[in-house]
Amino acid sequence: MSRDMNAYLREEIQRTPFCPGCGHGILMGVLLRAIDEMALPMERVLFVSGIGCAAWIPSPHFKADTLHTIHGRAVAFATGAKLYNPELITLVVSGDGDLSSIGGNHLIHAARRDLDMTVLCANNMIYGMTGGQVASTTPEGAETTTTPGGNPERPFDLCRLVAAAGARYVARYGVVQPLLLKRAIQKGIRTRGFAFIEVLSPCPTQFGRRNRLRDPAETMKSLKARLISQRQAKSLTESERASRIVYGEFASEDSDDLEGRGRDA
Amino acid sequence: MSRSRTEGLLPPGDYYLSGNEAAAEGALAVGCDFYAGYPITPSSEIMERMAWRLPEVGGTFVQMEDEIGSLCAVIGAAWAGAKAMTATSGPGFSLMMEPLGYAVMTETPLVIMDVQRAGPCTGQATRVGAGDIMQARWGAHGDYQIIALSPWSVQEMFDMAVQAFNLAERFRVPVVLLAEEAVGHLRERITLPSEVTVIQRDRDKTRPPFGSEEPDGVPPMPAFGDGADLLVTGSTHDEWGFRKTEDPEVQRRLVTRLSRKILDHRAEICSVETYCMEDAQVMVVAYGFTARSALHAVRHLRGEGLEVGMMRLRTLWPFPEEAVARMGEGRARVLVPEMNLGQIQGEVQKAVDCPVEAYHQVNGEVIPPSVLLKWIRERSL
Ligand code: SF4
Repeated sequence: MSRDMNAYLREEIQRTPFCPGCGHGILMGVLLRAIDEMALPMERVLFVSGIGCAAWIPSPHFKADTLHTIHGRAVAFATGAKLYNPELITLVVSGDGDLSSIGGNHLIHAARRDLDMTVLCANNMIYGMTGGQVASTTPEGAETTTTPGGNPERPFDLCRLVAAAGARYVARYGVVQPLLLKRAIQKGIRTRGFAFIEVLSPCPTQFGRRNRLRDPAETMKSLKARLISQRQAKSLTESERASRIVYGEFASEDSDDLEGRGRDA
Repeated sequence: MSRSRTEGLLPPGDYYLSGNEAAAEGALAVGCDFYAGYPITPSSEIMERMAWRLPEVGGTFVQMEDEIGSLCAVIGAAWAGAKAMTATSGPGFSLMMEPLGYAVMTETPLVIMDVQRAGPCTGQATRVGAGDIMQARWGAHGDYQIIALSPWSVQEMFDMAVQAFNLAERFRVPVVLLAEEAVGHLRERITLPSEVTVIQRDRDKTRPPFGSEEPDGVPPMPAFGDGADLLVTGSTHDEWGFRKTEDPEVQRRLVTRLSRKILDHRAEICSVETYCMEDAQVMVVAYGFTARSALHAVRHLRGEGLEVGMMRLRTLWPFPEEAVARMGEGRARVLVPEMNLGQIQGEVQKAVDCPVEAYHQVNGEVIPPSVLLKWIRERSL
């Protein structure tokens, strides 16, 4: 984390807890830059997270109100806080297993309710903290500690899922696309209603080393190579698309201008 | 502090309400302004009333997707400054156990009304039971203390709803109103007071929100948006909320304080009532709806000249051990009727030296006075 973002971190924080090469550190930096550019009033920003590596992005690092909850329920906790105090700019930051496996029900219902909050789902395609077990987002065939012969199941397409549940803004970017990601986070926060951003954030420790992506640099390069835009995806056959990840916005409407959430709001 | 019962609240006076309706009105009277819940028999009338009454008093209502989410939303709202509650019954109460543990660990004031039905599992949804007593005490994992109250009348559904919120605010702990279906669905006359006592949490943000320096073990609790940069976690944490997941001393200190702040205040929390106890040889200990039948039987037997009295437990957790021990001293025997297979019986036995006998009924029906009359008489001659 560069020095200029120090104002957003608690003084007690010396370093992040993430493994070398983990995507979550990049996401952390991009998120703070997005917030900094928007000049959000930090005393009104609430970060809610669940359990897992990604849940540690805001807690305890960010100097704001942070609610580090139980596994899978971050969105439900955020629902109560936001409904009671609509002034709170509510950001949920958690992992794919937390938000979409154990917590999938709360996620789709919050999207259906169209609560005014932004959910950042750091998708590392595996359960990192507990040692690399298969998740509902693990690609078919990938090796994990609970799928030694390769994952026999299909992964969720989280963006399609949440868009179908009624989210106002839905986007997917990788941590290797920091500028696009930053813009998406800002758009999500500005959206009046439910916003969901899937952030592909590689896990070299638990996913990479079992899937020929042990070297963090290789992991990032591979992610970059697999990402294609929606327009590029259109010109590919289904089998060509299978190994790629489509980035971009999958639902977008109803954004107001930056001022609406700035210091004057 | 007391709060006049104005702005959208029912005017003082006599009403004819069900227990569930009265519990909702009690919550509103003490300032409950957030409800999240999920439908379940036999508690749904509480939620249905809150759905139209909360907007009238400027509060917020949401029906969640399940009971886990309900209690999580209640906790989120409580940290945003709400006096928040949910209501449920057995199966929903089971689902709430993990967030209940989170509320204990993060010292979140809130109220859960569990209108008990006949379990286990789906059991008999519309019939009565008192099978959740031990679940309220031990349901979530880990060591902790909690407060649970046992109402026996519609009036007490109101009064104890008020008390539950006040205890939650005072001790920063979840409080369970352990009602039974029979009291929830009972309709009788109730008098709404012109004022109720209201306790509010201390929102001071200069002192640590999870501190151990507070003389009575209850630290202040600012809300989200107060500018306190709150750090709330269900992991073991120090006094400012920083996770300390490998520090034995922080773990020991926190877990001990969470229990002590309740146990050290048993005299302030616990409440019992006694009836006909002068020179009673036999003491009946009862709670909830069963105490109504038991009292009827005891009064009748006094009329027959038998030396029998009754203690009614208004607080179940922390168990009013001292009061039971004091009142039980020198008695020939203690009788405990329950709508379960013996949950409070063991606690009573721990407190007294004389023999304890129990009457268990788990047929989904209340224990009728005639049954207790016969059972107590046989043990009092
Ligand atoms: S286990 Fe994976 S996701 Fe967790 S910190 Fe390490 S690299 Fe990141």
